[in-house]
Amino acid sequence: MSQQAKNLQRAGDIAFSKMEKVNSELLSLTYGAMVSQLVKEFEDAAEVSRQLEKMGYSIGQRLIDELLAKANVSACEDFKDTAQTIAKVGFKMFMGINASVANVNEEGTEFSLLLEDNPLNDFVELPEHLADLRYSCIYCGVIRGALEMVNMRVECSFAKDVLAGDDSTEIKVILVDKLEDEFPFKDA
Amino acid sequence: MSVLTFIIVGKRDNPLYELVWQMRKDEPAHLNQFVIHAALDIVEDHVWSTQNMFLKTVDKYNDLYISAFSTASNVKLMLLHDSRSEDSIKGFLSDVYELYIKTLCNPFYDVGTVIHSTSFDARVKSLAKKYFGG
Repeated sequence: MSQQAKNLQRAGDIAFSKMEKVNSELLSLTYGAMVSQLVKEFEDAAEVSRQLEKMGYSIGQRLIDELLAKANVSACEDFKDTAQTIAKVGFKMFMGINASVANVNEEGTEFSLLLEDNPLNDFVELPEHLADLRYSCIYCGVIRGALEMVNMRVECSFAKDVLAGDDSTEIKVILVDKLEDEFPFKDA
Repeated sequence: MSVLTFIIVGKRDNPLYELVWQMRKDEPAHLNQFVIHAALDIVEDHVWSTQNMFLKTVDKYNDLYISAFSTASNVKLMLLHDSRSEDSIKGFLSDVYELYIKTLCNPFYDVGTVIHSTSFDARVKSLAKKYFGG
């Protein structure tokens, strides 16, 4: 692991230790209750995934400020730094998940996040009629919302999910474009 | 010893899960299920007589014994078998109880409905093999 990744990992661990903790079973059961309620309301797996992503989006927009305030991280120089920060600091600090970056493409505009474990998935088994449901889709929304607040538009999706039978959890993030700061006034 | 049938019954006496191993050849079909469900009333009486969840052997039919385990929410795990070996029965019922708790935590499982999950089924079968040897 590069020196910078090690620094970020240390920053992530320190930030995690300072955060208030909650029982992970409480979180898992609450999230599960919310998803099953959404399933009852919308009944379509794709629609529920979309709703979860939207929820994640509004969480991410707020979460980015907390991350930058609480964790001692410097500005990212390029998209790869962003990837490492999300993996080592973001996921560790808020969920206690150890994540790593993989499959960075040549231009540095795409990467995959590999999550070691996912506390949201505890006890969950997807029934057959919901096999397409992206249960942890909220993470995709959080990443999308957070990065949009720092002027990067991304598309985020699940490449692999243990609930769907794969052996690991992988989130794919693709940079679409960088946004310009918008000023609320126009020159006369 | 051989074990013949295992059922899980909900608190309204509705069946949640059933596993049948062997039918005896000279008996009418479904006699196992009939016998085990007939013991439900006796299990209810035993629940009030002890503080344990494991109720040991509650009933006897000809040469078959019925052992039961009643959970805190009045879900009954019952086993029909033909000889008495308490330790393996107690171990088996405790392990199935843990599996049942994990099923309850699944947000997509409606409490009180039939357990459809194939992995639950597979795990119960492997527990049965482990405790009672096939």
